[in-house]
Amino acid sequence: MSEPVLAVRNLRLWYGTPRGSVRAVDGVSLEIGAGEVLGLVGESGCGKSTLGRGILGLLPEGARADGEVLYKGRNLVAMSPRELRRMRGPDLGLIFQEPMTRLDPLMRIEDHFRETLEQHEPKLTDHDIRRRSLDTLGRMGIPPTRYRQYPHEFSGGMRQRIMIALALVLHPSLLVADEPTTSLDVIVEAQILRILADLKESFGTALLLITHNLGIIAEACDRVAVMYAGQIVEEGDARDVFAEPKHPYTRELLRSTISLETQELHSIPGAPPNLITPPTGCHFHPRCPDVMRVCAARDPIETAPEPGRRVLCWLHGPDSEIPEGGEAPLERGRIAVAEEA
Amino acid sequence: MTDYAEPLVSLHGLKTYYSIRGSFLDRLVGRTGAAVRAVDDVSLDLRKGEVLGLVGESGSGKTTLGRTLLGLVPATEGSIVFEGRDITGLREHDLRELRRRMQIVFQDPHASLNPAMTIGQSIGHPLQIHGITNREEAQARVAEVMERVGLAPVEQYVDKYPSDLSGGQKQRAVIARAIILNPVLLVADEPVSMLDMSVRAKILELMLALKHDFDLTYLYITHDLATAKFFCDRIAIMYLGRIVEIGPSEAIYEDPKHPYTQALLRAIPEPDPRRTIPRDLPRGEVPDASRPPLGCSFHPRCPKAFEVCGWEARDLKELLERRWAGLDEAGFEAEREAVGPVGELDVPATHVRLAAHGSAHGADLGSLLERARAADPAEPFWTGVRRIAAENGALEVDWHEPVEPRLLPAGEVEVECHLYDESALSEAARRRESAIPE
Repeated sequence: MSEPVLAVRNLRLWYGTPRGSVRAVDGVSLEIGAGEVLGLVGESGCGKSTLGRGILGLLPEGARADGEVLYKGRNLVAMSPRELRRMRGPDLGLIFQEPMTRLDPLMRIEDHFRETLEQHEPKLTDHDIRRRSLDTLGRMGIPPTRYRQYPHEFSGGMRQRIMIALALVLHPSLLVADEPTTSLDVIVEAQILRILADLKESFGTALLLITHNLGIIAEACDRVAVMYAGQIVEEGDARDVFAEPKHPYTRELLRSTISLETQELHSIPGAPPNLITPPTGCHFHPRCPDVMRVCAARDPIETAPEPGRRVLCWLHGPDSEIPEGGEAPLERGRIAVAEEA
Repeated sequence: MTDYAEPLVSLHGLKTYYSIRGSFLDRLVGRTGAAVRAVDDVSLDLRKGEVLGLVGESGSGKTTLGRTLLGLVPATEGSIVFEGRDITGLREHDLRELRRRMQIVFQDPHASLNPAMTIGQSIGHPLQIHGITNREEAQARVAEVMERVGLAPVEQYVDKYPSDLSGGQKQRAVIARAIILNPVLLVADEPVSMLDMSVRAKILELMLALKHDFDLTYLYITHDLATAKFFCDRIAIMYLGRIVEIGPSEAIYEDPKHPYTQALLRAIPEPDPRRTIPRDLPRGEVPDASRPPLGCSFHPRCPKAFEVCGWEARDLKELLERRWAGLDEAGFEAEREAVGPVGELDVPATHVRLAAHGSAHGADLGSLLERARAADPAEPFWTGVRRIAAENGALEVDWHEPVEPRLLPAGEVEVECHLYDESALSEAARRRESAIPE
């Protein structure tokens, strides 16, 4: 891969609560190249949304960040809020889950685009603004006849198309889409995913697609990063990871997904840990069917079992770091039926 | 073994309309406003011991159908027969007694538990409502159902508040509350869609076990065809208030008949990276149920629609708008100026007179339509056009009169689609032959 658009290095994000500090993102590294779609998948509370926002510097007050978020070589973590604000839009775009709440109900679609473009490209003429906006909307399938309408006059799917157009009109190099289809119906969801997957051809945008839906990852992403309890536990080519998951969590998550191919139901015992006092060693070890003694005792070390794949699991070594007898299975405590997410 | 012969619930021609409040003047003169046809003429049997899946997108009317069945929403027309007794329009007092036998589980477990009640109080509340107030008896019964749904050890959960519980645990509590009165029917409205993937399976397994133990009948309302496939004996697909396909699960999944069912199945993202997102998806979204399309409600989005499916003026409006989304600004402006405001096309009519605007003549509008047709000759819309005639200052467009679709048997299922209706097919062929040359 050539110079990545985004390189996150050992990013840690945490925020204080009355019960202690929550390590929402705990040492995450990842890269996205131009025109590439990286899927970030995990269950609720695993830190995937915090990671997406942290990359754009959009964390709530009181949150702390440590590590590097390199966008075209510049570290966003070290930037002032003002500098960051200037980059959001023309460089960094964000698409949220709820399209209705992100559009101003009192502003026409035209005004949303005008405001966005005037803010970031003050030299544009009225004619240019109109042309650019209509062109981007047209590519999203929004007819020019509706340019002067208000958000409530559009359906949910159309609003999400408008949100995407509003992000793309500034031609950002990096787009973070946080559950962009979650509130949409299945056919509209597929329409929106089609648009997102085509971005690389039409705009060359690097896309970080955050979702809890493995089906979306499989169909729309080039690579996938699986997140559990604030860490990326496995990453690689989406096809390879789905065909042969290396991390037990990835494997169990795939097995518990109910799809049209599902023959029998499967679930992962227990619940994801709280991120204030996560389990020692590997955070997944209390729920892992393959747990070994070393898993509870030592933090796992990232390994690359094959080129382009990395995994955070003692099953894949490094063997030299596993103490004598560490590979022996660990007797797991019984997990009660109701102790679940 | 389950006795499938006897229906537990029968719906006949059920309609639930919500009226949209008109203006003050409308009400004064007794004019009725428009209505949202949430459920529009549904007939079906829910057989004893089966799991019937009611599948549809938002706005399909599936939730309203479930609520009408339970008497939570009044039926506008038609009848609901429960255990052989017509319960349509029963008063609240009479319904209450019935509610012991029919219960509901809602989608959002966070919203369906009172935050100020402990889990034990919530689960035991139906006992109180129905007059089973002996304290010890009630406590024992609560403990029993909590054990049954996996909220055990009971002491650990009974005095907790909903905010102390996870989503899956809350849904278990909601299910416990639903079964505490020994119902025969459970309407489950999206019971797992708010839950994480790794928990959904556990809740579905619990529901299957309960069904077996207590001889329950389920109406499983969902938008998710994947869980429905696993969970249901029969599936009914709803679209804009109507059942468009109904039959045994295997038949629906192996050989979906209705183009809408086919599209839904194709659109589900599958965790199989060999698959890519399909490109041939139906366009657009579920239309407004207060102004449903003529003929078959799905025809504007249907890739297989033909002459008699209900083509009309509003489809022309959408066709022009789709075309304009792809044109450059100059091309769009020119055509827009000739057509004038497209709002005139926003009427459910099979005949429209389109006035030419600006310097355009009727013939210019005609050639505009010809260009649109040439750009996409396979577009099903054109099959519905009966006549285009240019006058001096206007263009007249006529469409074939729609044939109303009916739910008819096709193989193992019933489907409401003209593709499976011989008489509609031959009617379409007749119209094709007698079409007026332009």
